[in-house]
Amino acid sequence: MAFESLSGKLQEVFKKLRGKGKLSEKDIKDAMREVKVALLEADVNFKVVKDFINAVTEKALGQEVMESLTPAQQVIKIVNEELTSLMGSTQSWLNLGNKIPAVIMMVGLQGSGKTTACGKLANLLKKQGKNPMLVACDVIRPAAIKQLQVVGSNVNVPVFTMGDKTNPVDIAKASIDYAKSHNMDVVIIDTAGRLHIDDELMEELINIKKVVNPDEILLVVDAMTGQDAVNVASSFNERLDITGVILTKLDGDTRGGAALSIKAVTQKPIKYIGTGEKLSDIEPFYPDRMASRILGMGDVLTLIEKA
Amino acid sequence: LKTRDNLTSKIDNIVGFGRKINEELLEELEEILILADVGVNTTSAIIEGIRQKVKERKVSDASMLKELLAEEVYEILQKDVEPFALTSPMVILVVGVNGVGKTTTIGKLANLYKKEGKKVMLVAGDTFRAAAIDQLEIWAERVNCPIIKHQEGSDPASVIFDGIQAAKARGIDVLICDTAGRLHNKKNLMEELRKIRKVIDREYPEAKVETLLVLDATTGQNAIQQAKIFKEVSNITGIVLTKLDGTAKGGIIVAIKAELGIPIRYIGIGEEIEDLQVFDAKSFVSAIFE
Ligand SMILES: Nc1nc2c(ncn2[C@@H]2O[C@H](COP(=O)(O)OP(=O)(O)OP(=O)(O)O)[C@@H](O)[C@H]2O)c(=O)[nH]1
Ligand SMILES: Nc1nc2c(ncn2[C@@H]2O[C@H](COP(=O)(O)OP(=O)(O)OP(=O)(O)O)[C@@H](O)[C@H]2O)c(=O)[nH]1
Ligand SMILES: [Mg+2]
Ligand SMILES: [Mg+2]
Repeated sequence: MAFESLSGKLQEVFKKLRGKGKLSEKDIKDAMREVKVALLEADVNFKVVKDFINAVTEKALGQEVMESLTPAQQVIKIVNEELTSLMGSTQSWLNLGNKIPAVIMMVGLQGSGKTTACGKLANLLKKQGKNPMLVACDVIRPAAIKQLQVVGSNVNVPVFTMGDKTNPVDIAKASIDYAKSHNMDVVIIDTAGRLHIDDELMEELINIKKVVNPDEILLVVDAMTGQDAVNVASSFNERLDITGVILTKLDGDTRGGAALSIKAVTQKPIKYIGTGEKLSDIEPFYPDRMASRILGMGDVLTLIEKA
Repeated sequence: LKTRDNLTSKIDNIVGFGRKINEELLEELEEILILADVGVNTTSAIIEGIRQKVKERKVSDASMLKELLAEEVYEILQKDVEPFALTSPMVILVVGVNGVGKTTTIGKLANLYKKEGKKVMLVAGDTFRAAAIDQLEIWAERVNCPIIKHQEGSDPASVIFDGIQAAKARGIDVLICDTAGRLHNKKNLMEELRKIRKVIDREYPEAKVETLLVLDATTGQNAIQQAKIFKEVSNITGIVLTKLDGTAKGGIIVAIKAELGIPIRYIGIGEEIEDLQVFDAKSFVSAIFE
C-alpha cells in the first residue's frame, strides 16, 4: 500500500542516522523531499505542495522531532496534522437560510457529477422532511433533461422542465415561481457542464445566480482531477463566489489531492463527497480521512468505523 | 489552442535572457511538466534524457531547451506506434471511468467514419446510467446511423451480442459499442467488461477489435491506474484524450505511453460533433512546445 511506501521511504531516510541520535536539518529536508513526492503523486497542486512543505519543514525542525526515537512516525504525524488542519473543519450541512423556497445551484465542469449530485441532495433533503424540487437548466447535453427526470423519479422528487428550447436563465426564474405556488421548499438547479474559461457560459451562470439568489452554489468536482483543479476552482469561485464543494467519485482509488488544492485556493468548505453512482452514495466530508487518503494511508478510518 | 500557448509562453519565460541550461533551469522545467500532469516519474525520466542530450551534444544555450524537450516527449509518444487502421469489419469498444466523454466520443467517431464512406452502427451498451440510451440515440440521429438498443437495466453483453449479429446481417463496416462508465477498482463491473470483450471475440472473430480507453484530460495521476487495469481486463489498444479545450494539458498521456506503451489515437476538443481530431504526436508536441 502507498502508506507503507511513504512510511517505508521515511524509515529509509532515517535509517542512516540510527545510533546518531538526533535529527539534523538535512535529515528533515530529505524526509520532506519524500513527502513532497507523495503529495505530487496524489495530485496536490505543485504550488500548494511547495507552500505546504515550507510550512511543515519549519514545524518539523522543532525540538521534539529532533530528539524523537521514532522520527518517521513523528514526521508523518506532523504532516498529517498540518494537512488535516489545512483541509478545514467538518461542514457537511447545507445553509438553506430563511426564504422559501431555498435555492441550491450546482455548477462545474462537464461530467463531474452535477446531475447525479442533484439527485443525491434531493434524496437527503427529502429524508429530512423537506419538499425539494429539481430544475432542469441543462439544455445542452443530449438527454440531460431525461437523465434528471429519471434521477428525480428514482428519489421520488418532481422535476421542473421547460424543454431544451428555453433560455436557462428564464427556466430558473420560472422554477422559483412554480415552487412557491406548489409548496416546494427547496429548489435544486442542475446546470450544464461548462469549462471555466468559457466566458459565454460562465456569464449564463452569473445571470442564473442573479435571478434566483441562491443560498448555496456548490461546485461539483471530480476527485480524480489533476493539477488543473486550482484553475477550475478559482475561476468558478471568482465568478460566482461559490459556497462550497462536492467532491465526487471518491469510491475510486484516487488519492484525491485535488481536495487540498481546491481548499487552498478557494478557502471554501468541501461539504459532501460522492461515493458511488447510486443516489444514496453521498457522505459527509471528514478532513482527517481525506488527509490520510492523500498521504496514501487509504480509508483505514472509514473502514474501522464501518466494521 | 489557448492552453498550449500558455505552456509555450511559460517555457519561453524561463529560457529567455540568454540563460544557460543548468540545474536551476531544469528544475523550473520540472515544475512546468508536473503542472501539466506528466507525473513525478516520467518528468524525472524526461529531465534525465535532456541532461544526457545536453552532455552528448555539448549544447548549453537555454534556447535549445524547448527543442530537446520536444524531442524527448516526441520519442516517448511515437515509439513503436503503428498508425490506426480503419478496416472492415471492425468493432470499436469504448470504455472508461464515469463521465470522461465516452458517449460523446462515439458520436464524433461515427460521424468521422461515416464521412470516410463507412457503414457505421452504434450499440447502446450502457444499460445502466439514467438516460444513457436516449443520449446515444440522439447522437445516432445526428450522425444518421442505425443503433441497436435494449431496455435500461438489461444485460450489456447481450445487447452487444445483438449488435454483432445485426452488423453481420447488414454488412456494417464499423460497429461502435458504448459501455457504462465504471471505476477500474470495481471488481464486478470490470468482470462484466471482460465478459463483453469475450463475447465480441467469440461472436465476431473475423472483425478487427479496437478497444479505446477514453481519458479526461483534466485527470491526474489516477489515469495511469485506470489505463493499467482497463488494459488488463479489456486489452486496450488505444486512448482518446477528451476535454483538451479546457486549460488542462493532458500530460498524463505521456506518462501512460512511457509506462504502458498505449498509443493515443484521438483528442476531443469540445462538445460538438466535429470537435474530434486524429492524434498526431508531432503536431501535439509542436503545439505544446513550439
Ligand atoms: N463512481 C461514481 N460515479 C459517479 C459519482 N457521481 C457521479 N458519477 C457518475 O459520473 C457520470 C457523470 O455524472 P453526471 O451526474 O451525469 O455528471 P454531470 O456533471 O451532470 O455531467 P454533464 O451534465 O455532462 O456536465 C455518470 O456516469 C455518473 O453515474 C460518484 O460519486 N461515484
Ligand atoms: N469541453 C468538452 N466537453 C466534452 C468533451 N467530450 C465530452 N464532453 C462533455 O462531457 C460530458 C460527459 O460526456 P459523456 O459522453 O456523457 O461521457 P461518458 O463517458 O459517456 O459518461 P458516462 O456514460 O456517464 O460514464 C458531457 O457534458 C459532454 O458534452 C470534450 O472534448 N470537450
Ligand atoms: Mg448533467
Ligand atoms: Mg456514456
